[in-house]
Amino acid sequence: MLKLEARAQPSQAMSVASPLIALALTVLLAGLLFAALGKDPLKGLGIFFVEPLNGVRAVSEVLLKATPLILCALGLAVCYRSNVWNIGAEGQFLLGAIAGGGAALWLGHQGVGGPQGLYAPLVLLAGVVGGMAWAAITALLRDRCNASEILVSLMLVYVAQQLLNYLVFGPWKDPGGFNFPQTRTFEVATWLPALLPRSRLHWGFVLALVMVVLFWVFLFRSWRGYQLQVGGLAPAAARYAGFSARSSLWTALLVSGGMAGLAGAMEAAGPLRQLTPHVSTGYGFTAIIVCFVGRLHPLGIALAGVLLSMLLIGGELAQSRLGLPNALTGVFQGLLLFLLLACDTLINYRVRWKRGGLASTALPAAVVAKEGAA
Amino acid sequence: MNELALLVAATLASGTPLAIAGLGLLLGEKAGVLNLGAEGMMLVAAIAGFGAAFLTGSDTIAFAAGAAAGAAMAALFALLAIGLNTNQYATGLALSLFGAGFSAFVGVAFVGKKLPDRAPFELPLLADLPFFGPALFRQHPMVYVAIALVAALAWFLYRTRAGLVLRAVGESPESAHALGYPVRAIRLAAVVTGGALCGIAGAFLSVVYAPLWVEGLVAGRGWIALALTTFATWRPARVLLGAYLFGGVTMLQFALQGAGVEVSSQLLSMLPYLATIVVLALISRNPLWIRINMPASLGKPFHPGS
Repeated sequence: MLKLEARAQPSQAMSVASPLIALALTVLLAGLLFAALGKDPLKGLGIFFVEPLNGVRAVSEVLLKATPLILCALGLAVCYRSNVWNIGAEGQFLLGAIAGGGAALWLGHQGVGGPQGLYAPLVLLAGVVGGMAWAAITALLRDRCNASEILVSLMLVYVAQQLLNYLVFGPWKDPGGFNFPQTRTFEVATWLPALLPRSRLHWGFVLALVMVVLFWVFLFRSWRGYQLQVGGLAPAAARYAGFSARSSLWTALLVSGGMAGLAGAMEAAGPLRQLTPHVSTGYGFTAIIVCFVGRLHPLGIALAGVLLSMLLIGGELAQSRLGLPNALTGVFQGLLLFLLLACDTLINYRVRWKRGGLASTALPAAVVAKEGAA
Repeated sequence: MNELALLVAATLASGTPLAIAGLGLLLGEKAGVLNLGAEGMMLVAAIAGFGAAFLTGSDTIAFAAGAAAGAAMAALFALLAIGLNTNQYATGLALSLFGAGFSAFVGVAFVGKKLPDRAPFELPLLADLPFFGPALFRQHPMVYVAIALVAALAWFLYRTRAGLVLRAVGESPESAHALGYPVRAIRLAAVVTGGALCGIAGAFLSVVYAPLWVEGLVAGRGWIALALTTFATWRPARVLLGAYLFGGVTMLQFALQGAGVEVSSQLLSMLPYLATIVVLALISRNPLWIRINMPASLGKPFHPGS
């Protein structure tokens, strides 16, 4: 039977190959799923992996959706490398959208004018602060009360969504919006300027690329980044070296909260230009997958962000072209992460074919004898 | 008085899925496996149960379908986390994300569908008692099953040899392995059984509690159930207590609205999630208390011979 045999050292090659194998297997399973649903597999796969890249306009949409994914995932990579399990990027994203949107509405109320984008930096800054503040709740409760950051950050997603609902159904509702749950459209001066003419792609994408470089420097070329990663890999060694676990916790959560908040504000001031209950289509959760598929590495995250963005757009296309539910994207996302985790086993283990039943060489002789007798 | 009785009844009904899922997760955690995929298992089971109830009209078949779906999802988790030693946090998270997508995908066909009306449940004689009748004795049978389940699980864990072995696996898999117990098989059994219980909880939500299907129906209850095991410091009876507490908080928002309190419904909907956070923070304040009660190997993979 097949046996796993521990490698002497983790395989570098497998670490790079694993996401590619997982992607190939996902494509294979996706094809089988299309066939099972009675659709042409090649056509189905084309909609997910070729159509989104067909032409400048299509690519600009892919990059538009990749932007929040990359930003959120960069922050999460800092968390996961520090062994801080922030899974509430979605909530931090929403708070960023609320804070950024609030700032834009307030600026509009003050009667600001000027060219498009003049006040956009203020809006983005408000988003960063909003996301940081939301993540700070998780950090505070983890730090002071030892409460699980996994559960607290996740619970805060639901709270954030209700807060957004409250605002757009209540005090922030556009009085001239036919009672739809949405705010006024923001003033032009607070919009993010477009990057390409006649496309929704905005300068936030360029900022995301700059962030990729900055995070690479932070993680691999800075003393603080080094401290964080030692704390994540070997807490005892970090303690011995005098690196503060508390300060790592706060840094990781504030950085990731700020990045998710930035992404949220960009979404509000970029393609949406107003707040609705559906500001996020699950970007904060998809970013978790982006983060793992990208190997917690800024460059990998940039590539994985584009890939997952293609899946998001593919889902929308599959709905309009093939009449399949948009939720298909979620199925593929889940499959990809599962397969990736399975393939990652190959980083630390070798698969070997072993003859002879269950009695492995690893078991002590007494146990084997006992199992044989039973 | 009558309103209070209805509030108590609603609290029991609302706490029941939390209790059943919490007990299922407790079983896995006692064996040392933390499955963050509760939300995903419950979602897939909810749509499986709803589909079965819609097609057959039978509650029993619906619960069986929910349990099977939950067990299958748990088996998928176990294949990776126990079979391949993947990170339990990441794998559970993957299960939750996959479950959310998969249930939404399958559920599209069932959005807006109605289940056939069922006769109200009443325990003979007891249901006619003043106050106690409407408060306690007109519930779906699953509400009483949840209470029996607490007793059964407590008995299994603390009064049987198999329960002792399961706890030993959770406390020290190395020792259990050295004694010749099949650690991974025991963990697999605990996780799959726990998944089946989460599945029953999910089916209860869609078939009895709601009773309807919408995308994301479970609405974080899987995560609240995970918080419950910590809240209960891994004791079955306290899981039930905590479940009713959260059930009560959920119902409180409707009671407040009914009483004409001038707070927006969106803000009131935050209550169960805020309560979870507050309770989690209070209960975790004493690290020693948690460390004494938490299964020592919780979340750590075990690979014999590594």
